[in-house]
Amino acid sequence: MPNRPQPRFPEPNTETFWEGCQVGELRYQVNNSTGNVIFYPRLHDPQTGSRDFSWKVSKGEGAIYTFSVVRQNRMPNFIDLGAYPVAYIDLDEGFRMMSTIVGVDNPTKDISIGQRVRVEFEKQDEGEYPIPVFRLI
Amino acid sequence: MTQERTAAIVGVYEYPLRVAPGISAMEVKLDSIAQALADAGLEWSDVDGLYDAGDGEAGGGLQLAAYLGINPTVIDTTQVGGSSFEFHAAHAVRDIAAGKCKVAVLSYGSTSASNRVAIGTGGRVSPAPNWQQNMESPYGSTLISNYAMVKQRHMHEYGTTTEQLAGISVATRKHAMRNPDAVKAMNDLQFVEVREITVEDVLESRIVADPLHLLECCMISDGGGAVVIASAEIARNCKKSPVWIIGSGEATKYLENNGDITISAAAQSGPIAFQEAGISPSEIDIAMIYDSFSITVAVCLEDLGFCGKGEVGDYVANGRLAFDVEGTPALNTDGGGLSSNHPGMRGIFLLFEAARQLRGESTSQVEGAKLAVAHGNGGLLGGTHTGGTIILAKD
Repeated sequence: MPNRPQPRFPEPNTETFWEGCQVGELRYQVNNSTGNVIFYPRLHDPQTGSRDFSWKVSKGEGAIYTFSVVRQNRMPNFIDLGAYPVAYIDLDEGFRMMSTIVGVDNPTKDISIGQRVRVEFEKQDEGEYPIPVFRLI
Repeated sequence: MTQERTAAIVGVYEYPLRVAPGISAMEVKLDSIAQALADAGLEWSDVDGLYDAGDGEAGGGLQLAAYLGINPTVIDTTQVGGSSFEFHAAHAVRDIAAGKCKVAVLSYGSTSASNRVAIGTGGRVSPAPNWQQNMESPYGSTLISNYAMVKQRHMHEYGTTTEQLAGISVATRKHAMRNPDAVKAMNDLQFVEVREITVEDVLESRIVADPLHLLECCMISDGGGAVVIASAEIARNCKKSPVWIIGSGEATKYLENNGDITISAAAQSGPIAFQEAGISPSEIDIAMIYDSFSITVAVCLEDLGFCGKGEVGDYVANGRLAFDVEGTPALNTDGGGLSSNHPGMRGIFLLFEAARQLRGESTSQVEGAKLAVAHGNGGLLGGTHTGGTIILAKD
């Protein structure tokens, strides 16, 4: 199993998001008065400063906005992975998140901008939080 | 708007070594401040404004003041990564105009190379849990892959190619080969080949993070330097002719839903600076643009208004921004972070070379250069970053 770095707590902005990952939900926030979609998770709506928001669950589908393939790194958790992708994903509900694309044979050839992807929650060797990753649809 | 000439760069010093084992960052700062003051013809005791990004072992303005043994009336410790020094220069001009100080010193020292700091390929972990890191650290994005994602999107949206952007590396290396300190830097840092490079060399260099090739990435060196900025009254009596700071702009940008990653903070800081200076980008002779990577230069050139969004591929192709090509500004004539000096926060070097050009002291001198822009980018171009733009004019 992979051994990605885990989120660290206490961290009040992202706690509800990561609790969602434990139950297979990709959560995001919406401003109750304006409908503005809030992401990365925060204690306020960055458009207005309002703290009046609700948590929603994304369908987990979206498109690759951009990506790179890391071929050289010195981070202990990733040294053994070889070349691996990182990407910004635009979810259909209107939020953008950093993630990775799993299940591709050759990340330098098989990934392109605009491809449709779906979230899955990847269990980790260590740590209690599965990590949301994306697979090509 | 008329150009205000309230403050000028009167002294600069670029620490010559890029590999300086056994030298501390504070020593680099100390030597550089002394030499920059000597360049200006000013004394230690003249300094009454201290601007510091928290680099060096002292770690901040108060400690630096105590170490130097001066009692400044202004201390500014703005830390916005590689653009810190453009912010400092902007603040120094404001502070001088407000009468809060007369002689401002900006300094930088770093031993990134000797300490083997993996700036581009290592991770960053904050001491305390952090909302942004909690959302990003599981994915192993390096600093380089972050910038690479900007290049990938730019290529997708505008058809920009690596072949075109290689023109940035080609022009910059050409300048570096004319600068003895840059040549020594590349030798000391054990570049495989120290020579002018071609577009093919860039294309054939290995990919560090798709689609960024090695020769599109800056070096990691030791180094530093210092700048002295003084009031108009003092500047007119300094040893060399003043280099006036006639405009400045500061901005931030970060990841936003539906945002455009190919637009940087320069799109905000640039127009503010040019408006204050009362000039347009087409009048600029010297473009000192933070070249952490080819794509940083590309995006910032567009955002500063040198060409339209999406047009930078043609604009920089085939080394068009070399100092000896007429009709275009000369880009990073010292050899840039790509081929001369990048200890981690390059912003201060942009001010050095802009000043040298406007004094007629560059090793790739543009004849009759009158106007320069220095644009620093701090942080992550494809994430949270800052842009600081300074417009400079010959006396």
